Amino acid sequence: MNHDAYDDNYIRSILNNVKSIAMVGASPVNVRPSYFAFKYLAQRGYDMIPVNPGHVGKSLLGKPFVASLRDIGRPVDMIDIFRSSSHIMPVVEEALTLSPPPKVIWMQLGARDDAAAAKAEAAGLKVVMNRCPKIEYGRLSSEISWMGVNSRTLSSKRAPIPTQGMRLSLNRMSVGGGATAASDRAAKNKSEPT
Amino acid sequence: MTDRLPGFSTLAVHAGAQPDPTTGARVTPIYQTTSFVFNDADHAASLFGLQAFGNIYTRIGNPTTAVLEERMAALEGGTAALAVASGHAAQVVVLQQLLMPGDEFIAARKLYGGSINQFTHAFKSFGWNVAWADPDDIGSFERAVTPRTKAIFIESIANPAGSITDIEAIAEVARKAGVPLIVDNTLATPYLIRPIDHGADIVVHSLTKFLGGHGNSLGGIIVDAGTFDWSKDNKYPMLNEPRPEYHGIRIQETFGNFAFAIACRVLGLRDLGPALSPFNAFMILTGIETLPLRMQKHCENAKAVAEFLAGHSAVASVNYAGLASDKYNRLARKYAPKGAGAVFTFSLRGGYDAGVSLVSNLKLFSHLANVGDTRSLVIHPASTTHSQLDDEAKVRSGAGPDVVRLSIGIEDKEDLIADLEQALVV
Repeated sequence: MNHDAYDDNYIRSILNNVKSIAMVGASPVNVRPSYFAFKYLAQRGYDMIPVNPGHVGKSLLGKPFVASLRDIGRPVDMIDIFRSSSHIMPVVEEALTLSPPPKVIWMQLGARDDAAAAKAEAAGLKVVMNRCPKIEYGRLSSEISWMGVNSRTLSSKRAPIPTQGMRLSLNRMSVGGGATAASDRAAKNKSEPT
Repeated sequence: MTDRLPGFSTLAVHAGAQPDPTTGARVTPIYQTTSFVFNDADHAASLFGLQAFGNIYTRIGNPTTAVLEERMAALEGGTAALAVASGHAAQVVVLQQLLMPGDEFIAARKLYGGSINQFTHAFKSFGWNVAWADPDDIGSFERAVTPRTKAIFIESIANPAGSITDIEAIAEVARKAGVPLIVDNTLATPYLIRPIDHGADIVVHSLTKFLGGHGNSLGGIIVDAGTFDWSKDNKYPMLNEPRPEYHGIRIQETFGNFAFAIACRVLGLRDLGPALSPFNAFMILTGIETLPLRMQKHCENAKAVAEFLAGHSAVASVNYAGLASDKYNRLARKYAPKGAGAVFTFSLRGGYDAGVSLVSNLKLFSHLANVGDTRSLVIHPASTTHSQLDDEAKVRSGAGPDVVRLSIGIEDKEDLIADLEQALVV
């Protein structure tokens, strides 16, 4: 898998197929990006589980926090990691001990750990790094177009009117990969030591 | 198997637009409304807190305008865009995100006269200081860099003479200085040049010109390339520090590679207020659908007119980068292989008086202060667009007293040449 530039079909198949998402590092503070993403994905019909040992006993939008992946107590399709790059590996290692293991490891915008990705991929998991599932869902459904963002997709079908809990079609025509060529190049240059 | 990717002309027609959700209208409707109802209090709070995608108020975003924004981002190869009321407004909003009072930016000397004025006078009162550099001397950009430099600003095809800027060389200066390169791509349009492919971090346009294309609507746009790391060295607090007006969110951390466009929208447009009318957005969108066809015709006509003038005895010189003999022809072949644009200057042997006489004798060319119209236009920059500059600055920016500027339209080229011929003979 080329983690510098993802094909839309790869991201699309993940977002179309996963139903439950455990968000590691989810915050109950409503100005944190993890809160935005948690709320949006819940609104789009995903079964969301907040994982954060610092908030056990509280809940996020009605979902009780659990301390660790092992405490979820049921199978989960995707682990969305809201931690910095240096904290990814232990989360991936814990995810790989789950039975059954999750299908997807997703590292948030700004987070990337190639060794952890390789380990998860060797165990048959799909991995996405340095992306936000909220932005990718909004982009592939074109809901993000309200903000003047380049969805990199086209459609000649009538647009849906999104309502609470509604899943949107992500199967629009792709104009390119997950980001633009220029921003992919810039991200790659940033991740390589100069 | 990878999907086939649509080409430029397909994007010019389709990007950002899809049939209306409620009526099925195929053309993007004009959402001529100031405001949008919320579903409930939670929805309102989510929108105001930048947590949900949606519409609040047309000063922040509008569905018609959003189609224009996405289309321009797609055509330029950017991650996102923000449309505003004019090209000038785009420049204010961009620099507001980058400069604090006392900061500096470097700008090419060869610019639209209105930009020279805005940078020299209006921005001075904000404490934003411009340092001028010569786009023909890359070293002059390097020498102008100081610890307070926050951006470099150039035009891809530069006013008024249609000269071509070496974008990649100046992008390298910007990269070394750790500042973004802003390119005004108005005269080229993304059909001729895509500055992001050559290292630009931000592209701005006056949509009023070739993009709208019909001389009927003002507009401006900012395109975010998604290439610049705003967190580096904490030089850009608007993007990198917690924003008190949004409960402490950090724009780059939250919005990633389209953070700059979001900052322009929620910190610039929201608070400074130069919103584009949805009607103008609609007119400009309609124009963009035919951009590739029009630019081909503009360039074909411009080359024919430039060749005619170059061979005319009353003409002292022609500055058109599309001519093989022009000093910018090498750069034109590199950056604008499909055509060198349709705005250029020439000078008359008879000087100022001959220029005035030519303008008054023309019957098809319109004497006015715009470019990039379907109609052919003529102006004498020294007495109009560049009149606020002193004589030395006029000559330096290519707008000396003997210079006439043309913007070639999409009429029949034979008629344009005949009109110039009769006006030059009289």
